[in-house]
Amino acid sequence: MRDVVITGVGAVTPLGVGARVLHERWTAGACAVRDGEAPCADFDVTDHMTSKEARRADRATQLAITAGDEALADAGWGDELPYDPELIGCVLGTGIGGIGTLENNHDLLRDTGPDSVSPLAVPLMMSNAGSAALSLRNGLRGPVFSVVSACAAGSHAIGTALRMIQHGEAEAVVTGGAEAPLTPLSRAAFARMNALSPTGVSRPFDARRDGFVMGEGAGVLVLGAGDAARARGARILGTMRGYGASGDAHHITAPHKEGRGGARAMSIALGDAGFTPNDIDYVNAHGTSTQLNDRAETLALKLALGERASQIPISSTKSAIGHLLGAAGAVEAIATLLALRDRIAPPTVGWEEAEEGMDLDYVPGTAQPLKLSNGRPPVAISNSFGFGGHNATLCLQAA
Amino acid sequence: MATTTTTTPQSIEDTVVESLVNFGAEADAITRDATLEDIDVDSLDLVELTQVVEETYDIDLEGSDFKTVKTVGDVVDLVVAKVG
Repeated sequence: MRDVVITGVGAVTPLGVGARVLHERWTAGACAVRDGEAPCADFDVTDHMTSKEARRADRATQLAITAGDEALADAGWGDELPYDPELIGCVLGTGIGGIGTLENNHDLLRDTGPDSVSPLAVPLMMSNAGSAALSLRNGLRGPVFSVVSACAAGSHAIGTALRMIQHGEAEAVVTGGAEAPLTPLSRAAFARMNALSPTGVSRPFDARRDGFVMGEGAGVLVLGAGDAARARGARILGTMRGYGASGDAHHITAPHKEGRGGARAMSIALGDAGFTPNDIDYVNAHGTSTQLNDRAETLALKLALGERASQIPISSTKSAIGHLLGAAGAVEAIATLLALRDRIAPPTVGWEEAEEGMDLDYVPGTAQPLKLSNGRPPVAISNSFGFGGHNATLCLQAA
Repeated sequence: MATTTTTTPQSIEDTVVESLVNFGAEADAITRDATLEDIDVDSLDLVELTQVVEETYDIDLEGSDFKTVKTVGDVVDLVVAKVG
C-alpha cells in the first residue's frame, strides 16, 4: 500500500486566519469563545476573493476557499498543478452545507414569494458546494464530492481521501471540511435539543460541562502519494497513517454509553496504521463538552487503548474554538499534525474539575511536551463522532 | 418594487449596469459593445438580472429571450423593447 503524506495545510478558525495561527494560539491556551459562540471574527472575505467569487459562495464555501488557498500554497502548488489534474481529487466534509443561504432564501419565499428566491440558492446551499468550489478554482479534475456525516464529516472526508490515494484513484487529494452554522435556525435547533451549552462555556471533560459551543470555520489539507511527493521534492509535514470508521446503531443522537462504536473506530484506525496502543503518543479527542460525549469518549479511549489511555495526553481543540461540526475533524486533524510536529500536546483550555470515572490526562491548563521514548516521530489519533452514530478516527504521524 | 420615476432607455441601461456591477463585473469594463463573455457574465448572472428587471419594470422575460443576446447593449435593448 502506498504511504500517504500531508504536504500542505490551511485553516480559518475562530482563533484566526491560518493553520499556524490556530496551532500557536491554541498551544498558548487561547480561547475564541465570545458570548457563547465561536465566530471567525478575523475573517474578512474581501481579503481572500473577488466580490463575484464571494457572491457565488455561502459563508461555509468562502471559508473553504480561503483555507484551500492557504493549503495549496503551503504545499508549494503554484499556478501549475504538480500532477495530472485528472489525478487530483477533492473531498470535503460538511454537517449541513449552506444553511445561511437556505434560511435567507426561505425568508424571501415567505415574505415576498417564490419569484424572489435567488437563482443562486441551489449552487450556494448544496452540501457539495465546497468541494465544487475548490475543484473549479484550482482545476482539480479527479474524483470530486462532499461527505455528509454530521460532526464526523471532516474526518470521514480525510479518510476517504486517504483511501483514494492508497488505491491509486488519485495522486493527490485536497480534503478537509467547512461549516458556517451560526444562523438563527441552526442556533435554535441545536438549543432546542439541549445540545448547546446554556452557560456558553466549552469545557470538555470538565465535571461542569453542560453542552457544546457552536463555532464556524474550515480546514483543508493536501494529501498525496508519498513517492510522488518525494519525487517532486515536496516538504512533508507528516503521514496519514490510518483511518477507522464505524457506526453505533444505537441512537440517533446519543453515543453508545460504553463508547463501543468510538472504540471500534480507534482500534480499526490503529490496525490500519499497523500500530498498537503503545505506539500512540497523543490523542486529539472529539471532546465536545456535552455530558454524554465526553463520558462515552473517555470509556471508548479506555476500551480501545487499555492502560495506554491513562499514560498519554488527551486534549480537545473544542476547548479553544468550540465545535465546528462538519469542519471539526479537518481543523482538528491539522491541529493534531502541527502539535505532533512541535512534539507538544496543546491544553484542554479551562479544564479544572474532574468527574468520577473521567480520570485521564486531559492536559489541563498549559500545553505539555510529548514524552517520546523510542526515537521515532510521534503518533496521534484524532477522533470525530457525529449524530447518527457515525464514528471516524484518523491516525497521523509527524514527519 | 415598481418604479415611480419615469422609465427611459437610459434609466434601464443604468439599472442593467448597476446590477452587473453588483454581480461582480468591473464597472470600467461595462460598455454597450462589451460582450457578456468579456465581462465574465454567465447564465446565472443573466437569471439574476432577469429577476431584477422583472421586478423593477413589471415585465416577463423568458430564458429564450436571451438566446441571441451577446453584448451589454443587446441586454439593454431587450429590456427596453419589453418595457415598450
